[in-house]
Amino acid sequence: MIISLHLATHQPDPRRVSFLGKRTNPKMVTKGQADKAAAISRAPLEVTKLQELVYELKVEQVMTRKVITVSPDDSMRHLKEVLRVNRISGAPVLHDGELVGIITIEDLIKTLELGEIDASVGKKMTTETQTVFADETAIQAVNKFAHFRFGRLPVVNRQGKLVGILTQGDIVRGLLRQLEVDYHEEEIHRYRASHIFEDIVSDQTGLILRYKVQAQDFVHCGEAASNLKRALERLGAKPAAVRRIAVASYEAETNLVLHTTKGGEIIAEVHPEKIRIVAVDNGPGIPDTEQAMQPGYSTASDWIRELGFGAGMGLNNIQACADEMHLESKVGVGTRLEIVIKL
Amino acid sequence: MTLSEVLSVIEGKVISPDVDLSQEISMACGADLMSDVLAFTHSGTLLLTGLTNPHVIRTAEMAGIVAIVFVRGKLPSTETITLAQAKGIPLLASKYTMYETCGRLYQTGLPGCGLFKLTAESWLDNLPSSGDPST
Repeated sequence: MIISLHLATHQPDPRRVSFLGKRTNPKMVTKGQADKAAAISRAPLEVTKLQELVYELKVEQVMTRKVITVSPDDSMRHLKEVLRVNRISGAPVLHDGELVGIITIEDLIKTLELGEIDASVGKKMTTETQTVFADETAIQAVNKFAHFRFGRLPVVNRQGKLVGILTQGDIVRGLLRQLEVDYHEEEIHRYRASHIFEDIVSDQTGLILRYKVQAQDFVHCGEAASNLKRALERLGAKPAAVRRIAVASYEAETNLVLHTTKGGEIIAEVHPEKIRIVAVDNGPGIPDTEQAMQPGYSTASDWIRELGFGAGMGLNNIQACADEMHLESKVGVGTRLEIVIKL
Repeated sequence: MTLSEVLSVIEGKVISPDVDLSQEISMACGADLMSDVLAFTHSGTLLLTGLTNPHVIRTAEMAGIVAIVFVRGKLPSTETITLAQAKGIPLLASKYTMYETCGRLYQTGLPGCGLFKLTAESWLDNLPSSGDPST
């Protein structure tokens, strides 16, 4: 509960604080987990990182998925065995798969005092059950625990189905695990990434990032551009350049998804001073590239337009973002779009 | 203008979790065409839209949009909200139409994103007639 106290008293949004930019000694984070956690609770800098985490960490990432449940028709005697054997202190009560209540060791003690050990769980359970949603953040759960003083909270999805159970211990363990993972990832990827061009000496250093794009896969459309954007941010590119690259590659990716028969590839070649992005596919090809470059010219179908795309501005938009652009296409062969953006 | 000021001007509501209402926006764009959003906006923009699919979030992410207002009382799916949360883009909702939501904000002095260079240079040339009613 120390965690919740720290958080409750800290008003400004901690998610906005970049811990990497402020950290002074990057080496300390590779030590043992326990030492780290102890150090974190003292040092204001790492508390910030911890705050950042509880705002990001989802309940579903830390909850126990295997839930031990009982039925309202079970006896309290049966419950006693369930608690004892599984070494737990409470369980959700399910009737026909629906969450109808929660029963705890406290209810069991009261039942024992009254000598009603053969009463049904349904008679003794708490029916007004507080739950948390699986997609809620850990901080929302922490607040709920603080408010209701419960030992555990059943976790439900947005359809109301029980998907897990959460204790405060789960949150603490989840946070520790995530701290370990995050520090490691940030350490390795971000720290080293931003120095890649200085650390590696050659006459010409380039980094090639290749993203496969599936045709008609609108659900994942944008992931390549999103990943490329993130990679460039990690490499320390200027925000204005990153934005132009993100917009251009997103438009190119959308074109591959919407207009190709077999999808294609986005290949980004990152150099210290510029990035070259090539989007290639194997067809169907553009009959008239000049016409395709006309603002507003589009062959997109109605459903694509309903999603807010296909306005015939994609290629123009790419051109507006790029310092150089070349479009080649042959019907039946494929299309190759190449752009260069200065970094 | 902060997001909390935006909320009071449009009498809106926050619809995604953990939103920092002190975030600043410096201009706004109202659009249902995602290509327009990618073309016209700059970082620091507030997007007003009637579309609620997850691609609005993707578009906003690429374009560096600060926050999104869904107009005329439309609410996005959980999928859209989850993606927005993952990308750190606050979602707000307004019960007013696009026109009125934009109008309320514009009246306070919040500017638009300026003209797309291509449109600014050639929009008159593209018209079939010069627009003079006597011809």
